[in-house]
Amino acid sequence: MTAEIIVVTSGKGGVGKTTTSASLATGLAMAGKKVAVIDFDVGLRNLDLIMGCERRVVYDFVNVVHGEATLKQSLIKDKRYENLYVLAASQTRDKDALTQEGVEKVLDSLSEDGFDYVICDSPAGIEKGAHLAMYFADKAVVVVNPEVSSVRDSDRILGLLASKTRRAERGEGQVTQHLLLTRYNPARVAIGEMLSVTDVEDILGIKVVGVIPESENVLTASNNGIPVIVDTASPAGQAYSDTVARILGEERPLRFIDVPKKGFLQRVFGG
Amino acid sequence: MGILDFLKRRPEPTATVARERLRIIVAQERSSRGAPDYLPMMRNELLEVIKKYVHVDIEAININLERDSGHEILELSVTLPDGKKKPDAGDAATAS
Repeated sequence: MTAEIIVVTSGKGGVGKTTTSASLATGLAMAGKKVAVIDFDVGLRNLDLIMGCERRVVYDFVNVVHGEATLKQSLIKDKRYENLYVLAASQTRDKDALTQEGVEKVLDSLSEDGFDYVICDSPAGIEKGAHLAMYFADKAVVVVNPEVSSVRDSDRILGLLASKTRRAERGEGQVTQHLLLTRYNPARVAIGEMLSVTDVEDILGIKVVGVIPESENVLTASNNGIPVIVDTASPAGQAYSDTVARILGEERPLRFIDVPKKGFLQRVFGG
Repeated sequence: MGILDFLKRRPEPTATVARERLRIIVAQERSSRGAPDYLPMMRNELLEVIKKYVHVDIEAININLERDSGHEILELSVTLPDGKKKPDAGDAATAS
């Protein structure tokens, strides 16, 4: 049994890749899967902070690639879920520290160690780090915001996934593409200030696998170093749970895409 | 939305503007994706040739590469201006 490799990518920065990687990995672990989540953003590591394990990083991804530490020494076991592991990016090396062969070796070792899923948290851009994060992927989660530059960049990424991956090069079939719309604000969509789910789906020609509403819980979760999916009471956490279930093959209707109905008094007096 | 909102002027919804702008740029970028690198250069050279006979802008030349199973179609369309007139000798010289 080989591990399924899922890249979380977007092209544009700041759209929620790391937030998504952390919640996706945690959600799969909550479903009983053995999961490793790897930060590919060498020089700008942040996944450790979002996962709340920043003080336990001893060895990192680059150390493993260069044989300076074993994979076992470098994987950080999650505090909440024992079948979840984090592999941090190096903070001191430059972005050329990763090699294609080195990344392949690490992914193969994780597969041999019985991991079900490996989540690759891609850096922004389309340079080497982003290329390596997507190269070995079986599935891709393309994170997009309902905003012009993010939509355009994600179309570029969808094009790269179809041509610059191992699957594409070997003719082993397409990387499965999942579009995840984040920072969605139904109230602004309703008054025509923000692109809707349908708009984004139509422009990119692909259906969404989930819609994560803009939510204050995301910041609270990152402040605390707890992936937002753990906060099962929050809309964003629930939307991520739905997304993970859909990636696992379950059918669930989209939630949090409509404005909550206002009461009579609110409608008359505003607010 | 309160009752007084009726008195305010409603601006055009910006999401519609965003959608239309994205439709155009995404379609344009997709058509040039994976196309050979010489296309932009070819477009400029074609413009030079066409300019000798008709005044057109670079935007008026559209090059499209379509891939079908087994073969590729290179489609070239030039939108001609209304008053098709030949440039005088001076213009032709600068264009060459």
